[in-house]
Amino acid sequence: MAKTTNILIAGFGGQGVLFAGKALAKMAMHNGLHVTWLPSYGPEMRGGAANCSVIISDDEIGSPLVPEPDILIALNIPSFDKFEPHVKSGGMIFVDSAMVDKKSARADVEAHYIPASRLASEEGLAGLANVIVLGHLLRVTGLFDYDAFLADLVSGIPASRSALVEGNTKALRIGFEY
Amino acid sequence: MAKVLMKGNEAIAEAAINAGCLYYFGYPITPQTEISEYMAKRMPKVGGLCLQAESEIAAINMVLGASSGGTRAMTSSSSPGISLKSEGVSYLVGSDLPAVIVNVQRGGPGLGGIQPSQADYYQATKAYGHGDMHLIVLAPSTVQEMASLTGEAFDLADIYRTPVILLADGAIGQMMEPVDFSARTPRELPEKDWATRGHGGSRKHNIINSLYMNPEDLERTVEERYVRYRKIEAEEVKYDTFMTDDADIVCVAFGITARICHTAVTMARAKGIKAGLIRPITLWPFPNDAINTLADTAKAFLSVELSMGQMVTDVKLACGCRRPVDFYGRTGGVIPNPADVAKKLEAMASELGLRS
Repeated sequence: MAKTTNILIAGFGGQGVLFAGKALAKMAMHNGLHVTWLPSYGPEMRGGAANCSVIISDDEIGSPLVPEPDILIALNIPSFDKFEPHVKSGGMIFVDSAMVDKKSARADVEAHYIPASRLASEEGLAGLANVIVLGHLLRVTGLFDYDAFLADLVSGIPASRSALVEGNTKALRIGFEY
Repeated sequence: MAKVLMKGNEAIAEAAINAGCLYYFGYPITPQTEISEYMAKRMPKVGGLCLQAESEIAAINMVLGASSGGTRAMTSSSSPGISLKSEGVSYLVGSDLPAVIVNVQRGGPGLGGIQPSQADYYQATKAYGHGDMHLIVLAPSTVQEMASLTGEAFDLADIYRTPVILLADGAIGQMMEPVDFSARTPRELPEKDWATRGHGGSRKHNIINSLYMNPEDLERTVEERYVRYRKIEAEEVKYDTFMTDDADIVCVAFGITARICHTAVTMARAKGIKAGLIRPITLWPFPNDAINTLADTAKAFLSVELSMGQMVTDVKLACGCRRPVDFYGRTGGVIPNPADVAKKLEAMASELGLRS
């Protein structure tokens, strides 16, 4: 039986939902795994709801849809409300608890709370709450090796924007150590 | 070559450039604007031209001009913009010009919506333009195929001197998957001795034209074109199958829907229903023979589409109505979950008395 992980990342447009999904997808591809990344599209860039579905599998992937995620990353209240009930039994939820003032009532899923956006603004890492959550996800799930993921994450950043390397590195570390 | 993670729309653009396309004419429309965006960045670097035309109609006629000169040219749009191009497409056909036209479908009719759709199936396969004509219609189902079928589209267009439609949908256009651009081997191509290129008076001049005042002349050109169509039907049918060998119910689906059916078939199999899938890769020519052969062993077909049911008529024709052909679809931009399709397969299995 193929090992497949269905991930759903949801929040407002501008929170780096699509970027976080792409980082996971790219790492999976570099590990030789099959992967699909499917975004919601439309008016998201103007602050509407944004989400993306990422499927990582050691076998060919049919449908790229993720109606029932194994892992949900909820970065705002509407996303938490909408998708928390659909997480697979035995699945995991990662919540930006600085944005979502709620706890999961479900006993059959494992919920992890990290005040990512507060940590980001405290550390001067505006816009990197998504990476903080990814760091935390790496530690909890062990989905990918931390060092490999970090190298992959910063590999696409051009030398002229080296401050981003520093910011992403710091953000991933904060989440990992939280 | 290493795989890269790319959106389907970007893969089309890169594959077109790899195929030697030097002219891209477009006009932005969701969900395919990434093609224009990518072309605008890359074309100047490879010595090509990316031009945002004043309208879709202008863009398709620019394709006609560029193709007349013997260069590879492409345009892309989404459903409403595709309708605007239809006159130019018929002129391309009437002028025997190669061209690649990409339709990343969204919901219709009218301005419709911006979410994925397959409701332009009839338009693409039956009547994209006026007159006696066909177009080769390719339906990619993965980002890899967005790339490889774009390359194939350019080759087919040149070989048969016909426009080729890449009929994609908003989901495949927007999604990212790993893609390998070296995966396809280009085909052997004929000389473009018909092109209106400068030749320094070395030969008689070529004329590109679609107007014939003498009916016998027009009839002859149409008949000659239909000889080519028969050859395309005989040699260029492409399809893929999944678990059809012992299947009682065979899903027929293309594009994003084929992937949903792939998962649905696995789900139905887990419940003891012998389901399978045939995925037409060429929508014209349609895989009639393959479906007709499956009708020897299958008990029923299920056409699954993001429309109110269009390809379903071709499935009925393909199997000569020898088996029941059912339909399941969502429209307006709604994508069904694999579980929805699996439920339909279960219901069919019950009706057919296939469940123990």
